[in-house]
Amino acid sequence: MSKLRIATTSLAGCFGCHTSLLDIDERLFELLKQVEFDRSPLTDIKHCGPCDIGLIEGGICNAENVEVLREFRRNCKLLVAFGACAVTGGLPAQRNHLDLDACLTEVYLTEPGLANGGIPNDPELPLPLDKVHPLHEVVKVDYFLPGCPPSADAIWQFLSDLIAGRTPHLGHGLIQYD
Amino acid sequence: MNSFTLDGTAIPFAPGQTVLQAALEAGRYIPHLCYHPEFKPHGSCKLCTVQANGRPAAACTLPAQAGLVIVSDSEEINGLRRTLVQMLFAEGNHFCPSCEKSGNCLLQALGYDLGVVTAGFRHFFPDRPVDASHPDIWLDFNRCILCELCVRASCEVDGKCVFALSGRGIDKHLVVNSLSGRLADSAIGLDDKAVSVCPVGAILKKRVGFAVPIGQRRFDIAPISAQALADAPRPAAIGDGA
Amino acid sequence: MPSAVDLDTLLARHPRRPESLLQVLCDIQAVHNHIPADLAVQVAEALAIPLARVRGVIGFYSFLCSEPAGRFRLLFSDDITDRMAGSQALMSALCGRLWLEPGKVSEDGLVSVTTTSCIGMCDQGPALLANGWPITRLSPRRIDTIADLIRAEAPVADWPAEFFRVADHIRRRDRLLNSGPMVGAALAAGLARGPEGVIVQLERASLRGRGGAGFPTGRKWRACREAPGDARYVVGNADEGEPGTFKDRVLLTRHADLLFEGMTVCALAIGARQGFLYLRGEYRYLLEPLQAILAQRRAAGLLGAAIQGRAGFDFDIAIHLGAGAYICGEESALIESLEGKRGIPRNRPPFPVTHGYRQQPTVVDNVETFCAAALIALSGGDGYRAIGTEQSSGTKVLSVSGDCARPGIYEYPFGVTVRQVLTDCGATDSQAVQVGGPSGACIGADEFDRRLCFEDLASAGALVIFDGRRDLFEAAHNFTEFFARESCGFCTPCRVGTAMLQDIMAKIAAGHGTRHELDQIAQLARVLQQSAHCGLGHSACNPTLDMLKRFRPTFERRLKTLDFEPAFDLDGALARARAMTGRDDAGAHIRSEP
Repeated sequence: MSKLRIATTSLAGCFGCHTSLLDIDERLFELLKQVEFDRSPLTDIKHCGPCDIGLIEGGICNAENVEVLREFRRNCKLLVAFGACAVTGGLPAQRNHLDLDACLTEVYLTEPGLANGGIPNDPELPLPLDKVHPLHEVVKVDYFLPGCPPSADAIWQFLSDLIAGRTPHLGHGLIQYD
Repeated sequence: MNSFTLDGTAIPFAPGQTVLQAALEAGRYIPHLCYHPEFKPHGSCKLCTVQANGRPAAACTLPAQAGLVIVSDSEEINGLRRTLVQMLFAEGNHFCPSCEKSGNCLLQALGYDLGVVTAGFRHFFPDRPVDASHPDIWLDFNRCILCELCVRASCEVDGKCVFALSGRGIDKHLVVNSLSGRLADSAIGLDDKAVSVCPVGAILKKRVGFAVPIGQRRFDIAPISAQALADAPRPAAIGDGA
Repeated sequence: MPSAVDLDTLLARHPRRPESLLQVLCDIQAVHNHIPADLAVQVAEALAIPLARVRGVIGFYSFLCSEPAGRFRLLFSDDITDRMAGSQALMSALCGRLWLEPGKVSEDGLVSVTTTSCIGMCDQGPALLANGWPITRLSPRRIDTIADLIRAEAPVADWPAEFFRVADHIRRRDRLLNSGPMVGAALAAGLARGPEGVIVQLERASLRGRGGAGFPTGRKWRACREAPGDARYVVGNADEGEPGTFKDRVLLTRHADLLFEGMTVCALAIGARQGFLYLRGEYRYLLEPLQAILAQRRAAGLLGAAIQGRAGFDFDIAIHLGAGAYICGEESALIESLEGKRGIPRNRPPFPVTHGYRQQPTVVDNVETFCAAALIALSGGDGYRAIGTEQSSGTKVLSVSGDCARPGIYEYPFGVTVRQVLTDCGATDSQAVQVGGPSGACIGADEFDRRLCFEDLASAGALVIFDGRRDLFEAAHNFTEFFARESCGFCTPCRVGTAMLQDIMAKIAAGHGTRHELDQIAQLARVLQQSAHCGLGHSACNPTLDMLKRFRPTFERRLKTLDFEPAFDLDGALARARAMTGRDDAGAHIRSEP
């Protein structure tokens, strides 16, 4: 059987979920017997090619996030919201009750630190959305793996199920939202 | 003794008991959230919905009757409960990683037990300011699921009526009984039942949130379905709550 | 129009007890255009209610508010028939003339304009409430005049009387609408028959409730009479909130004597000493005429002590005003509201016949039911039973509106076909009829031979007609907005589900819907039907499901062909950041996916 191709990325996230993925430790060797990585911080491949599984950490907070998410959706047969931020918006979404104008004004114009520097308008910088959203509000998401981050055991269980063609089932102790 | 069947098992009941009360007393779990054994059944969260003789009904308010055929643990009913939990998560701002209640939270524990992994629908992200005015008690409306347990406890047990509900529909919200509307100016006390009864992290005692570390908390140890029976009234107390 | 009155005067109008809370708040609102914070505190003290609960009641009823609503508060009826008659354009025009944003109060506190649920003027819309008083047959010209009157700060009482004319539009009469003035004849007959005799006649008549559910009236009265209790109550349900329904408005206008006679007969039958008429806030303009009729009846010995000279037969009726809450038409929510609380449907059992007002045995019946009961008390049940169908005896008063030449009130024997009604009201090219309002059923042209009766199309008798020009998606969208606006919020599925449904329908309306949204509608419908606390939640998805079943292409042609579309406008979500940074380059936009 040919190896499954997996792509991973972190959008509005902290890479904690990727770190937790590394925490599967020596099981990484077993994983690498069954899969190969496409675009991922682990490979440094810049763009996603056709894949079997896409793992996306983090929610959607700016225009670039939308672009990358769409690239994954176009190329991945199964798209997984990987971790609390991808599933719910998570920590970045805690800004959702704040007005974006007020945020930018406070950070760049009025408060000490970056004040008086002006709000950055370099076209290289992605513009922020007015709110942070979970993935499923922007594209169709096939599977969800909650947790901040999901534990290594949960990730291992989840990936083992997906690779084996089983509907992922976490059960007590592995399903967690915090 | 009269009995009804729950998923094929006979459940005895005393006159005046509801299906949920009788089931819990008999050691059988039916998921529930706004029901609390010390209070009159409320029937608002609808997590305890079952099929009773083929028709859906809330087990917490359904009077037990001889011969009733109750189906609770079916894929259809659990699917319904999953959607209800998803609705509650989408409605409020439930950010478990920062919540001191995590691991002891009934909403979270029900989500775990039912296998809820996403809110599924669009999150409402409502704007709900926190009331941190009280020196010892934290009131976070973002996490409130409107079960009214604090409303009931404060009136019926504490005799203070510190909480009430206002608004309607999706704008329904908890309000505090004080001139300013702030908790600090209310009659609430740290030992009030209204404080301890909150099933989620909306009402919390300050400065004790992490006394028990994450990972060693109630629902970290065993799922809610294995523990809720411990909360059920002992047979001697049956009948008082009905 | 009210003038400044001090709180003691307002409080003195009602018994000083918690049950009076809503009535006191309605009076304060009428005087001050809101409930000032200091008065809320004083009311809480005077009635011995926690302040938070007073605030909770203010927050529940849409006509009450804790911030000033404008000295002129205009509420456009947002029923689908009002919209079909152009209400939305008229509201925009008025707001334009007043330089006003809908839903906001003008900066000088002069005026606010927004929408409210159906005010029961569907046969003469578009309509609005101006400081609580209905104005019908709105036209661009009327809107211009209204704008001028507001800017001139002319009191609503001085506006042209013609604006406030409410027509009865009785188009077809049968037994009920043909009945003459009823001042004691049915009551005398009831006294002669005795309590048991009255109930037996109702049972012989097989009278069923006219609010839509069709519960046997005789069985209800008997159960109430036999229930143990310290007191018994009669409640007339005039909270006619189902959009498209206005027949009770006409009965209250033309046949109030018959209604009060029926309620008094009920008091005789069950042994009640106190009755209430729960009058929806939208019909506030009928309060004084109804009170005048009650006064006449007291003077004539038809209410009060020893009615018609019968020692011990003491009964009176008080009118209780609602304040803008559809859910209070549900009988147990109505009783909560009658007790001065938020109108939340109770857990049942127990039912009101054993545990109603103040936990005592209570009969709650529709206005039309009491009218029919009076006629049966007068003439006996057998003649009544001979009219109608096997399971639906007697006649039904229908409210007909929408696309037809002669909207109004039609009384038929039960069993009339929808087609017959359409012919009589001059409807042509009808593609669908919504029977029984948003919580009823939507039927297509192939079903017009169905009959209006409990065996087939059971309802409170509202028919809203849509001709071939109409887009039924618009109707479904309007109905989902109605349910979201009127959900009481008690139970999870209805509180959250109706808001989600509204969100999904708005997405489809904006052209961003996909099959995914249709699947979500089906999922929400299942959850609401299976687990909602009351009928509002059970039926909140019905119009959408009915229209999806019968008029699916009207939904599908609005869908994008994609399997999935974002839940929100991606490019629109960048607008704030574009404005803040002054950028408009390609990277500052998100294109829709092809």
